[in-house]
Amino acid sequence: MLHVEGLKVSYGAIAALKGISFHVPKGAVVTLIGANGAGKTTTLQTISGLHKVVEGTIKFDGQEISNMPSHKIVSLGISQSPEGRLIFPGLSVKENLMMGAYLRKDKKEIRSDLDYCFSIFPRLRERLMQAGGTLSGGEQQMLAISRALMAKPHLLLLDEPSLGIAPLLVQLIFEKITEINRDLGVTMLLVEQNAHMALKVASYAYVLETGEITLEGPASELASNEDVQKAYLGM
Amino acid sequence: MEEFLQQLINGLSLGAIYALIALGYTMIYGVLRFINFAHGDVFMIGTYIGFYVLNTAFVQSLGPGAETAVIVFLAAMVGCGLLGVIIEFLAYRPLRNRPKLTVLITAIGVSFFLEYTGQLPFVFGADPRTFPTVVEKTTVLQAGGLVIDSYQIIIFVVAIALMLGLRLLIMKTRIGTALRASSMNLKAASLMGINTNAVISFTFFVGSALAGAGAILYAMSYPKINPLMGILPGLKAFIAAVLGGIGNILGAAVGGFIIGAAETMTAGYISPTLRDAIVFAILIIILIVKPSGLFGRGGTEKV
Ligand SMILES: Nc1ncnc2c1ncn2[C@@H]1O[C@H](COP(=O)(O)OP(=O)(O)O)[C@@H](O)[C@H]1O
Ligand SMILES: [Mg+2]
Repeated sequence: MLHVEGLKVSYGAIAALKGISFHVPKGAVVTLIGANGAGKTTTLQTISGLHKVVEGTIKFDGQEISNMPSHKIVSLGISQSPEGRLIFPGLSVKENLMMGAYLRKDKKEIRSDLDYCFSIFPRLRERLMQAGGTLSGGEQQMLAISRALMAKPHLLLLDEPSLGIAPLLVQLIFEKITEINRDLGVTMLLVEQNAHMALKVASYAYVLETGEITLEGPASELASNEDVQKAYLGM
Repeated sequence: MEEFLQQLINGLSLGAIYALIALGYTMIYGVLRFINFAHGDVFMIGTYIGFYVLNTAFVQSLGPGAETAVIVFLAAMVGCGLLGVIIEFLAYRPLRNRPKLTVLITAIGVSFFLEYTGQLPFVFGADPRTFPTVVEKTTVLQAGGLVIDSYQIIIFVVAIALMLGLRLLIMKTRIGTALRASSMNLKAASLMGINTNAVISFTFFVGSALAGAGAILYAMSYPKINPLMGILPGLKAFIAAVLGGIGNILGAAVGGFIIGAAETMTAGYISPTLRDAIVFAILIIILIVKPSGLFGRGGTEKV
């Protein structure tokens, strides 16, 4: 479904991605783990069209999408729950969710997708009219994921959903990610520093180190790999 | 009392014009987080658009009146709107990911460009021109010493109608929702599938068109126009936007009325020579007391 080949991206003179290749098969949850500054966010933002591709290709369902404008990429079926959540602070929870469905016109289905989000995260229904900016970090994360789902994506990009939220909620969020993947069959690319959780929910994993992929394999294999355990699982 | 009321009405009608200009500053700041210092000059161009349209044989043949007013307002609004879009496209868009200071300096450059190109003899010329009559000035209400003229009525009606229209546009339409989302977080807005470049162009169009309407109202009241005339009203409208809380639309409108009233009251009761000074004094006071402005939500940014 998503094929990235030899992707290079830089910020001015600094190369953030030095030619990475990976792919995400339809229906799967694939994770990209790596330390802070490895280039995870750059990878997802580039897929979403926020950075210029210096070299390499990004193919989605066979179509080249590198350097397409962001809104076109969303319309092809790729949505993102970004790092730091980027909730619209002055819009209500409901309005935030509706922003996710900005490009859609199928009113009835939007309604039922909203209901699905509420069934996954009942907290959002309770806070429906509250301003997004007043939610707790965990609630904002639920909102960011739901907002991305409201685009009815074929591919969902998740940037560090565990970042800055309470450990108990981290557990819950990852359970829900699995649940969403199972219920909707939506393909996911999950980016995480929390390798422990990421390797549990993903089927296949890549390790990203300062802009290069150094290791890849089935998630269970990587979880038992000694180097990974030492570097990312704190064992 | 009568005199006070008269000063207030005069002040609020000047303020309504500032408010229209201030809306452009604040809308553009809202989306791009920088002050478009060329905005006052877009306002100036608006008066010249009005001037040339009023001097066409066709409009001359219509003479002053409602038809002429509609034509001249539409021309200045559309003309300024397009000018704003072009300025953004040519001067600011290529710098989208550059530091804000770069864009700010560019805006000052655009401002000088418009002011000094305008003074060239084959453009507008440096000499002041007389703005032709759009509609006849009549006394609408006279009670004792209190006089309200048709221009003041037109200013209030046009300004308030445009502000209400803007509110509807922003709160009730799809592009308005996209605009609000973009001013909260441009990156998040593009991740929602919003074409943020289109939203930015739209913002420049609407903000500049409001300055175009303000330009005609201003030139009707002060019918001497010249290529540097945008500087002072532009600066005052900018201060109005800061007073209201830059980025806040209601704040810009309220700020405009306050600045207009303060200026007129000072001129009337203290000294006409202090009319500009009071506005800058207000700026200094806000920056000290409440830099985020009357309606601002904290989080000030240096510009
Ligand atoms: N806007 C930016 N400008 C310059 N350098 C950046 C920018 N964003 C990220 N970087 C640099 O690019 C590298 C990768 O960053 P990022 O993709 O955010 O990593 P991660 O998400 O894995 O923490 C880092 O070295 C970071 O400092
Ligand atoms: Mg990151």
